[in-house]
Amino acid sequence: MSYLEYQVKSAPTGVRKILHLNWPIAILLASVSGVGFLMLYSVAGGSFSPWAEPQMKRFAVGFVLMIGVAMVPIWFWRSLAGVGYLMTLALLVAVEFFGTVGMGAQRWIDLGFMRLQPSELMKITLVMFLAAYYDWLPVKKTSHPFWVLLPVIAIMIPTVLVLKQPDLGTSILLLAAGGGLMFLAGVHWAYFAAVLASAIGLVTTVFQSRGTEWQLIKDYQFRRIDTFLDPSTDPLGAGYHITQSKIALGSGGWTGRGFMQGTQTRLNFLPEKHTDFIFTTLAEEFGFLGSISLLGLYALIIVFCIWSALTNKDRFSSLLILGIALNFFLFFAVNMSMVMGLAPVVGVPLPLVSFGGSAMLVLMLAFGLMQSAHVHRLR
Amino acid sequence: MKKTRAETDISHRRISRRAALLGGAQLLFIGGLAARMRFLQVEQADQFRLLAEENRINMRLIPPSRGEVFDRNGVRLAQNAPSYRIVIVREDAGDTDAVLDRLARIMPLEPEDIARTKEELKRSPSFLPITVAEDVRWEDISRVSVNAPALPGVTPEVGLSRVYPQGSDFAHVLGYVGPVSDYDLEKIEDPEPVLRIPRFQIGKVGVETKLETILRGKAGAKRVEVNAAGRVMRELDRREGIPGSDIQLTIDAKLQGYVQARLDQESASAVILDCDSGDVLACASAPTFDPNLFVRGISVKDYGTLTNNKYRPLASKTVQGLYPPGSTFKMVTAMAALEAGLIGPDDTVYCPGHLEVSGRRFHCWKRGGHGWVDLQTSLKRSCDVYYYDLAIKVGIEKVSEMAKRFGLGVKHDVPMSAVAQGLAPNMEWKRQTYGQSWRVGDTVNVSIGQGFMLTSPMQLAVMTARLATGRSVEPRLIKSIDGVEQPERGGESLGMNENNLRKMRRAMDVTVNDRRGTAYGSRIIEDEMRMAGKTGTSQVRNITAAERRAGVIRNEDLPWERRDHALFVNFAPIAKPKYAVAVVVEHGGGGSKAAAPIARDITLQALYGGQPPLEAYPSKDRERIEELQERLRGVQPQASFVGRDQA
Repeated sequence: MSYLEYQVKSAPTGVRKILHLNWPIAILLASVSGVGFLMLYSVAGGSFSPWAEPQMKRFAVGFVLMIGVAMVPIWFWRSLAGVGYLMTLALLVAVEFFGTVGMGAQRWIDLGFMRLQPSELMKITLVMFLAAYYDWLPVKKTSHPFWVLLPVIAIMIPTVLVLKQPDLGTSILLLAAGGGLMFLAGVHWAYFAAVLASAIGLVTTVFQSRGTEWQLIKDYQFRRIDTFLDPSTDPLGAGYHITQSKIALGSGGWTGRGFMQGTQTRLNFLPEKHTDFIFTTLAEEFGFLGSISLLGLYALIIVFCIWSALTNKDRFSSLLILGIALNFFLFFAVNMSMVMGLAPVVGVPLPLVSFGGSAMLVLMLAFGLMQSAHVHRLR
Repeated sequence: MKKTRAETDISHRRISRRAALLGGAQLLFIGGLAARMRFLQVEQADQFRLLAEENRINMRLIPPSRGEVFDRNGVRLAQNAPSYRIVIVREDAGDTDAVLDRLARIMPLEPEDIARTKEELKRSPSFLPITVAEDVRWEDISRVSVNAPALPGVTPEVGLSRVYPQGSDFAHVLGYVGPVSDYDLEKIEDPEPVLRIPRFQIGKVGVETKLETILRGKAGAKRVEVNAAGRVMRELDRREGIPGSDIQLTIDAKLQGYVQARLDQESASAVILDCDSGDVLACASAPTFDPNLFVRGISVKDYGTLTNNKYRPLASKTVQGLYPPGSTFKMVTAMAALEAGLIGPDDTVYCPGHLEVSGRRFHCWKRGGHGWVDLQTSLKRSCDVYYYDLAIKVGIEKVSEMAKRFGLGVKHDVPMSAVAQGLAPNMEWKRQTYGQSWRVGDTVNVSIGQGFMLTSPMQLAVMTARLATGRSVEPRLIKSIDGVEQPERGGESLGMNENNLRKMRRAMDVTVNDRRGTAYGSRIIEDEMRMAGKTGTSQVRNITAAERRAGVIRNEDLPWERRDHALFVNFAPIAKPKYAVAVVVEHGGGGSKAAAPIARDITLQALYGGQPPLEAYPSKDRERIEELQERLRGVQPQASFVGRDQA
């Protein structure tokens, strides 16, 4: 389908596009980021450096990026879907060889002005690629085995590459987002049932492999799973993160201990308090009311995205928006489950709140695409 | 691939259905997260709040500052001075072995200190500072500070440590403190938590240990907020401890210093009491040592030198040392007989130089005998046979009882280490100890302070004070605690016939001041200050009949440890006794030669409250005294544990 098929005339043009942005989502994103600045200011002991200030700058850049991307018609972005996917894949392969080793994993490429994590970018380009694929594919063929196999391969290649870095959290996110998109596109139930059954088989195999020569995942990953299953067995070792994180959350109570008054955070009982565990700081200092409010903001973003997708008659745009929303959901759902002791510690940051450059820019880029689809929607 | 309108519609409916499904699932999951939040933050909040408090709050003990010790005039004998030490923190140091190596190159470190530090580093949590070296010199501190970048985790710290400014003078009285050891903790039932502080100083010997609880005080406590690494972030509140009480001794530091210097390197001891109050004015044992060495932790080499010295510098001979009192006991024998009414002072006994008792011959020290002697003459010339005769008449039970009334064979309550009880034997004692019955020969030996009789210099001083006053003087070492005057004990009348006591004092007077008295050479010339006393020479070996026939070997020809002990007891002034003195010189030979001059010098020093005029000394001694005074003037006695050449 070419761009001519869009009812171009109905789309706004020029500066008027700004009025047609999905402003509720833009405001929600700014609010969530604002919560992030507040928490980064707090964990630094009441200081804008070293975290809050760069985060604010990145958000400003990201916000401008989002609007810039939104101004460009969605059909232009769609035409880049395939190229974007392949280029990101090439970058993923590149980090295998030239990537900088950080935290025991090869994850980023140093671009000089920023560190690019191709795995972050892949979350978007994969969704774009799959959306474009299902837009191109005749609906009747959606569940045909051959046309199912192609996207599965497109998902598995980056997933395996990321897993090899090793970054279990991101690879699970990629897998879940890709699978979710296939589900949205209407692939038959039976495939998902089959995958679920084989996944159970795989998990069993992984556990069987423990301690053998062909061990499939690393020891520390096994330990994380053990710890998740019973954190109390090792309260000072691997279970420390989860135990301390739950203590921080729980001690917040209804209204929290007050801004900058969280003892768990301030006294360093919490590890990685500015990245993966930043939610515990919020929960400790602002209590149940604070944490449920943040969850509410996230939920509203999801709701507005789904609403936007449902009102968009373009298949690519709908799938893209839903895919981005799913990605965003997986981000905070996994992170929150992790800090609340519902999931193993897999190293997934809290979107827009955790300190981190790539994640913030990639997310704003994603929401730029979403806004572009919204602005240029078929009415 | 062109799509029909219908196709697009179908796909859109399908997407909508699935989107609603997936969106619903997402919202459901968000609901689950909210429920979990509520569970953790509302329902379990109290429990987690408690855990968070436990995380952050720690109790820390504040060690109390130890009480100081002063002499009777307020001279400081034990104080707490800031001392610099080097500590290392494992988590900051990283490779502790390498850091210690570098440190050892910068400042002098004993290999044993390094080994101990490594051991403690292994045992303690990584954030706990471990002491590497104590009492570090200022130059080393500055050198460590300058090299700080090369020595991560190493910091100088200032703390309080015990210092004895009078050095070796009070080593035996005060004792010393040292870091609390596992052995100490075992001995104490339910030890206070403050004792668990690493290298906390507690009293090990002497007054320091006997009055430990008074000196130590009570530890305070502070609640501190700690971070995850255990480092203190801030103090939440604190309860100050109670500092230990200051103690004032009855000892006069100036007199003590003189006595210690006068005893010098002799293996000797001396006690001087205030006759009225029983205050111990000086209590010195020689040779002595520097207690400051023990506070820091004495090196194996120095400790070996101290323990291998045959003059036993570590022993507090004034209260631990037990010696046969020899002739200084004769007053007791005489008083027993006088009080029993068996003799009068003018009754005479003939001394042929020996006495036959149940087939055994007991000799007088003077081979030819003293002829007819009465009480005064017998004491003045120290005739033995006279006392053999008295003791046989009065019996051992009465002599033993009299000894105890004079404070011999009785443990006096003095807060010093290992105070000996001594022994005033009787029949019951011998039956219980040896399972043998008492023999007359035993009585004869005891009558002149030999045989089973054993006394400490402190007891002899008490005996002399009681003789001089007729009251039951008790030694007092602690004058006040925190400014509260401690009660004088004893002081009531001994209930002895004042006439008899006066005869005894008169006899002691002539022993010193009569031209034929045994201690005439050590008399005091000044009339107002004259002293009365008694010499004693106690044998530490048996003289065989063969040796006696061949002529008794002179002391100077015997090896040191077989020579006689030299003793002297005295009080002064005679008219109104103020001071009682006892001096024992181990293996010093004759009492009149070795002990009496020391006792006289100490007495004069006390009487004049400083350096006495030369006129107080016998004229033939003055030159020697002047020389001695010159030598001792201003000389602070040094750590003198290195014994004199014994060859």
